[in-house]
This record gives sequence, structure tokens and C-alpha cells, in this order.
Amino acid sequence: MELKSNIPSGPIADKWDNHRFDMKLVNPANKRKYEVIIVGTGLAGASAAATMGELGYNVKVFTFHDSPRRAHSIAAQGGINAAKNYQNDGDSVFRLFYDTIKGGDFRSREANVYRLAQISLNIIDQAVAQGVPFAREYGGLLANRSFGGAQVSRTFYARGQTGQQLLLGSYQALERQIQAGTVQISTRQEMMDVIMVDGVARGIVTRDLVSGKLQSHTADAVVLATGGYSNVFFLSTNAKHCNVTAAWRAHRRGAGFANPCYTQIHPTCIPPSGDYQSKLTLMSESLRNDGRIWVPKDAGDSRPARDIPESERDYYLERIYPSFGNLSPRDIASRRAKEMVDAGHGIGEMKNGVFLDFKDAIARLGQDQISERYGNLFAMYEKITGESPYKQPMRIYPAPHYTMGGLWVDYDLMTTVPGLFAIGEANFSDHGANRLGASALMQGLADGYFVIPLTIGNYLARVSHDSVSDDHAAVRDTEREVTERLDRLMSVNGNRTVDSFHIELGRLMWNACGMERSEAGLRDAIARIPELREEFWRDVRVPGSAADLNQSLEKAGRVADFMEFAEVMCHDALARDESCGAHYRVEHVTDDGEAKRDDENFSHASVWEFQGVGNEPRLHKEELEFENVQLSTRSYK
Amino acid sequence: MQLTLHVWRQDSPGKAGRHEKYEARDVSEHMSFLEMLDVVNERLTEEGKEPIAFEHDCREGICGTCGMMINGVPHGPKSMTTACQLHMRSFKDGDEIWIEPWRATAFPVLKDLVVDRSGFDRIIQSGGYISVRTGSAPDGNAIPIRKEDADAAFDAATCIGCGACVAACPNASAMLFTAAKVTHLAKMPQGQTERWDRVLGMVETHDAEGFGNCTNHGACQEACPKGISIDYIAQLNRDLIKATLSAKPEESGKDA
Repeated sequence: MELKSNIPSGPIADKWDNHRFDMKLVNPANKRKYEVIIVGTGLAGASAAATMGELGYNVKVFTFHDSPRRAHSIAAQGGINAAKNYQNDGDSVFRLFYDTIKGGDFRSREANVYRLAQISLNIIDQAVAQGVPFAREYGGLLANRSFGGAQVSRTFYARGQTGQQLLLGSYQALERQIQAGTVQISTRQEMMDVIMVDGVARGIVTRDLVSGKLQSHTADAVVLATGGYSNVFFLSTNAKHCNVTAAWRAHRRGAGFANPCYTQIHPTCIPPSGDYQSKLTLMSESLRNDGRIWVPKDAGDSRPARDIPESERDYYLERIYPSFGNLSPRDIASRRAKEMVDAGHGIGEMKNGVFLDFKDAIARLGQDQISERYGNLFAMYEKITGESPYKQPMRIYPAPHYTMGGLWVDYDLMTTVPGLFAIGEANFSDHGANRLGASALMQGLADGYFVIPLTIGNYLARVSHDSVSDDHAAVRDTEREVTERLDRLMSVNGNRTVDSFHIELGRLMWNACGMERSEAGLRDAIARIPELREEFWRDVRVPGSAADLNQSLEKAGRVADFMEFAEVMCHDALARDESCGAHYRVEHVTDDGEAKRDDENFSHASVWEFQGVGNEPRLHKEELEFENVQLSTRSYK
Repeated sequence: MQLTLHVWRQDSPGKAGRHEKYEARDVSEHMSFLEMLDVVNERLTEEGKEPIAFEHDCREGICGTCGMMINGVPHGPKSMTTACQLHMRSFKDGDEIWIEPWRATAFPVLKDLVVDRSGFDRIIQSGGYISVRTGSAPDGNAIPIRKEDADAAFDAATCIGCGACVAACPNASAMLFTAAKVTHLAKMPQGQTERWDRVLGMVETHDAEGFGNCTNHGACQEACPKGISIDYIAQLNRDLIKATLSAKPEESGKDA
């Protein structure tokens, strides 16, 4: 496996411009001769499909949902960053670039991040023109807020539903191209594998989730926009169907997987209420602007919040971080919460949370003002817990959220497999070891609207290949392998449900490779995952038939892939013998308990090459070079 | 609490369905409705039976994937709440709960509680967008929009496309869904160019998909988990009349 990042030469501010000039272009009349497959219809996939359709490519897009509008981008709450500097508060492309590199704890690629900051400007324009109803000031101009600890106000938002509104914008653009006939959509189709012809990605095999029928689709290039893998933990803020299957199948076909251990834990989620818990719900980080986080000073104190006097409360973030207090970065706020709960200070029936208290803010600003700011979030919280945050503090606890790791891609967003691209959360490119708030929407749309539609032309114009017929040996072989795997899942006929295995894997991963990782814990997990996987294939029960709508079978295929993927995640966490961003190794901690980077030995992206199930994957490194920023230690004290 | 469920089971689109009875035992009030179904499904699987097929994804009330009739009411008894956000504290020990799929000709049942809502996508394809090529947009602040208009557009744009409005309507009309999109785009300056073609195109497809007409029952607004107002249907009707009167016959229904 060769890692050629293909970063253009020249000063960082000129790289993208230079590259756009140097790229080969596909003649407009020839574009329709090229077929491009896109898997996934979230922000990245929908915007890519719409834009490539407009350009004239012959686009085939696939989603396993009943409609492209269901993708999990829809659930993003907070906002989208852009270096517009509409507030005249000192923002610039360079500042957004710098903040993103620093926020990622100096583990991302400079050139990609700079391009992201540049493109952020165009995204807002595009979304506004599509009719995305961003928040506005009374004068009619776009409103901004400061988000996730940024020192400038560069976040654009649509109440607490920014992801929904941006996705509907992309979805509508996509539907317009479907009507125009440039994009052909297949809903309720799950990608099962990538078809490789002579080492090049030439198509995919899909399963029709209603009829169970397998079908092969060939093309000149394949783009994966299939999201992140936080559901490896079973409980996460991700939608239930989010999975690693597309990325993992690509990995098994030769695509390097970069930094799989970089998984972000979000500090403000509603804690689980019982064994039946199916997912965790995120409460926007913006709540920390007015809420104060505390636990009882006495471990085991189970009095209701109102009966605990001020003198017996520990506002631990304010105590430890006097200057940032409750607004400390996500990873720091998460770890401190875990320490408090582990030390017996947890609150609630299950002693599994900390308080987020609005009492002082309500006294200061009045209930109306608080309701104006957070009304929808308070209502959602009350729906789930039956408790009113106006009357008693919220209970919160960290939960797995976003995954910075993903398929390794070069500057053109192509994986190590020629012809196979990855965009949005599915790739590894822009967030380093930690993603800043309001940057996920930005990256998904940058990749989809503005990067891949150009860079894919640069690939297509350089290759010439024959079309692949449906009875090509590679097509038939891939289809056969998919069939055999499904048959195997159906034929185990054991005693345990798919979910019971997923829950067990999730618990194992949360303990060993979650918020804190240790060498001993990771080694133990690497030994136990294969045992669990073996038990899965020996004892799983998938009822029903493969030739039918079968949700158990869908889950089983995804969990089987998580069982393989979890191992490389642990290998990655073990090999990265430092702490950085969201990756926290207990062996590497500064004197005051913060993550301690080792730039000398780990200033690289770790890229894993598949060596067969159960075999240790092979590590490759892309050294990261920092020419425009000075590496420094993050400090929020 | 202990509950008795009567669940619609249907093997495939053409086949006849039937209600089947299941006991849900040891249900916690903190469970969501879908978590209660998860637990029932786990038990069915362990007993060697096929679990109940139902759709869901985000479980946060925003993706619009889930939806079922719960005791004859779309998304169940709690107003402004999707099935995934409905919690079992809305029920009491000993309750009998009837669970059925959305019922509408335009939403054929695929299996159990899963229906085909692709008609909604085709309504959007017929004009539910603003035609702007990627890269051709002016600066975001080039067009100021009154805050009131932006807020009104946002309110209409919060529709999650779940289909509860259709399921609630005695005519199985999708007018609330269609009107929400028409209103969202009509409230903004960007949406004016295609405003009249849009409403004609979307309503034509709405009818062709087999959704019924609106006769102002208002059941859609009651059922809507996002509080979309039937005032938008009035807005749609105003736009539709204007567009119909001003359009040349050969242009009506043309895609913008």
C-alpha cells in the first residue's frame, strides 16, 4: 500500500487554486459517458450527487433508507462554521484553518484543512440560495453565534436544527437532478461490497432491503459517503442504522483505514435509564453557555438536587478550569465527568450522570429568556426523561458521537484503491484527533459540493477503461461472496440475538477503547474480540429469510463487520502510544491530568492495511508536515 | 407495567394481514415506545419467531423514519411527539395497545408496520426546490430577508416527512406535507422565480400519486409531531389559484 497524499505544491493559500488549474478536465460533452456511483445521501452524498448530476455526469446514488432525506446528517443540532467574518470580529480563512488544526490537536493534514476553510465561504452562499432558512438578525442579515469555545462568532445556524435544514437543501437539490434525469436513485438498497476489476474499483453489489435481491452495479468510479462508525459502541448518539459496513468492505478490498481510534465523545448526552436503552440522545453543547455542571461533594449522596445545599456541591469544571469553566472543550469536559461518576459522585437513579443546572441562569435572565434560547431542547429532554429542566437540573453524561477516523484519502479524496473515493465523515481527512463543534456539516458539504465534483474529473480524465459487463468474472465472484456470507448468517441458527452480541461488543469497546484507553485494557480487548466474533458466528440467530424484508439480517451483517472492525480500532489505539485530542491513553498524561502528545514519534496519520480477519493489520504512516502553524500544547486553564 | 399489544402483521405487500396479540412484560415507564417494541422483538427472536418489522432510525424525533398508528392515532397519544420520542409513562399497567401501519392507498404496506412513502420524494421532485447550480450563488448576505419571513419559512421547513398527516386524514391527503414545502419556499425571496410552476407541479404529482383532496378536517395538524399548521394549506390554495389563473394551459404542471 502506497500513501501518496498528492498535496499540491506552492504556498498553502494557493494550493487549491493551483490544483484546480493543473487538474485534467473532462470535456462537457464527454461527462455523460462517465458513470459514477455514490453510496449514501447525507450531506456529503446528496450534495455530491446533485452537483455531479448538474455537471453532466451519469450519477447513480444509493441509500438504504426509504428516502434520501433520512440520513443522519439530519440530526445535527448546533450549526455550521464559515470564515465569513460577517461580525467583523477578526475571523479569517487562516483563523478558521488554524483553529481547526489546533482543535484537532495537530493530527490533521494542513493542505486539506486550509481548503476546507476556504470553501466554507461558498457553502453558506450555496445554502442560502437554496432557501435554507438560517437564523437572521432583525435587519435581515444572517446571524452568527460563537460555538464550541471559538473566540469568534462564525457559526451559522437554523435554531437547533441546522443539520436538518442543510440536509433538506441538499436533498432538494438532489431531487431536482433526479427529476432532470441526470441522477438515478435507488432507495432501500444496502451496499454489500465493492467490485474490483484489475485493482480498480468498478462497482458495488447491493441488497434490496424489501425483496432481498442482490444486484451488481458497475461504473467508472465509486464514491462512499457512508458516515461514521460510533455505533461500534452500540450506545452512541448515532442513528440506529449508522454502521461501518461500506467503509469496512472497502477496507477489506484494499482501502487503507486511517486513525480508527479517533472517536469523539460528546459531553452532554442524556444518560442511559436501563438495560433496554437503544441509543443516547445528545443535548446541544450550547446548553453549557448557561448551565453549570456539578456533582454532590459527598460520594454516594442520593438526595434530590434541591436538597443539596450550595456548600455541598462541587462545580468541578469551574473549580479546575477557572477561565473556561463549563465551556471547557468536549474531551476535557467528558473525562472529568467520567472521573466524578467513577469516584461515586454520580447522580440519578443509576448514579450514572452529572448535573447540568440552569437555576442560576433562570434567576439571572428569567425563565422566558432561557426558554427562548433552549426551549426546544428542554422540551426534548422532558419528553425523554419526564423531568423539567426548569424545575430540576438536567442529568448528563458523555456518549460516543463523531468519528474522526475513516478511510484514508489523498488530497483528491481518493482512497488507496484507485477509483474509490470517500467523502464526509466516512473519510479521515480534516478533523485530526478531535473535531470542533459546527465543523462536521462544513466538511460534509465542502467535500460534496465543491471538492469531489472537481477531483473526480481529474481521475476520470486520466483513466481509460473498458466497460464492465454484468457477467464479468469479478462481478460474479463478488456477488457469490456476498451470497455466501448472507447464507452463512442465515444458517447459524444459534441461540443469541444479534442485538445481544452488539451490546456485548459495545460494552467491551466502551470499556477498553472509549473515553480512556490503557495498554492492558487494549491488549485484553484484542484478545477478547476474536472470541466474541467466533461466538457470534457459532451462536447468532437470524430469524426469517434472506429473500424478504429482514431487519435482523440487516443488523447481523452490520454487527459482523463491527466485530472485525473493532479489532483494528484497538490496534490503532494501542499503537498510538501517546494521548492526543479525543484519544486519551492513561499512560500519557501531563502533571495536571491533560492529554500529553508525543510529536516526535506520533506526528503522523496511522493507516492500516487489511491482512485477513484475525490477522494483525499492517501499519503505514503518513507523516504530517506543519509549515504554517506552530505545534503547541492545548491549554484551557 | 404489563401491557397487551395487538400488532398488525403482514408478510408482504400483496398478502393479507392480521392482528396478532403479544404480551409486553416488565415495561419500564422510562422506556421509549420503540424500546418497548425492541424488547418484545428480542423475546420473539429468542422464541424462534419473526420480530415485528418497523421503521426507525435517529430515535430523536428528527429523521421522520418512524411512524405507526398507536391506538388509532398517528405516533400515539402525546401531541407534538414522534413514536420514537413517546415514552411508556404515557401508558399504564394493563393497557391494551393497538399498533398498525400508516393506512393510505398512496402508502402501500411493505411488511408489518413498514410502508412505502416514496410518493413524498416524487412530490418534492416536481418542484420542491430552488434551482441553483452549485457555485452560482451570490454572497449569503446579498439578499436580506426580514427576520419574520425567515422565521416563518423556518417554521414551515421543519416538516420531517414522516407521513402522519396522510395517516390521520380521512381522505389520505398529503396536502399538509405539500403545503409546508410550498410555504417554506414561497416565504423567501429566493423562492419567487419558480413559485407558480412549483405549486402547480407539486399538486399535480400529489394527485397523481393517489393522495386524496383536502376537505379541511384539520386532523393532519393535530397529528403532526412538528406542529405544522394547516394555515399553510390556505397559503398553498391561494398560490394554486393564482398560478392556475395566470398559467397558460400548456405550461401548467411544467417543471421549473
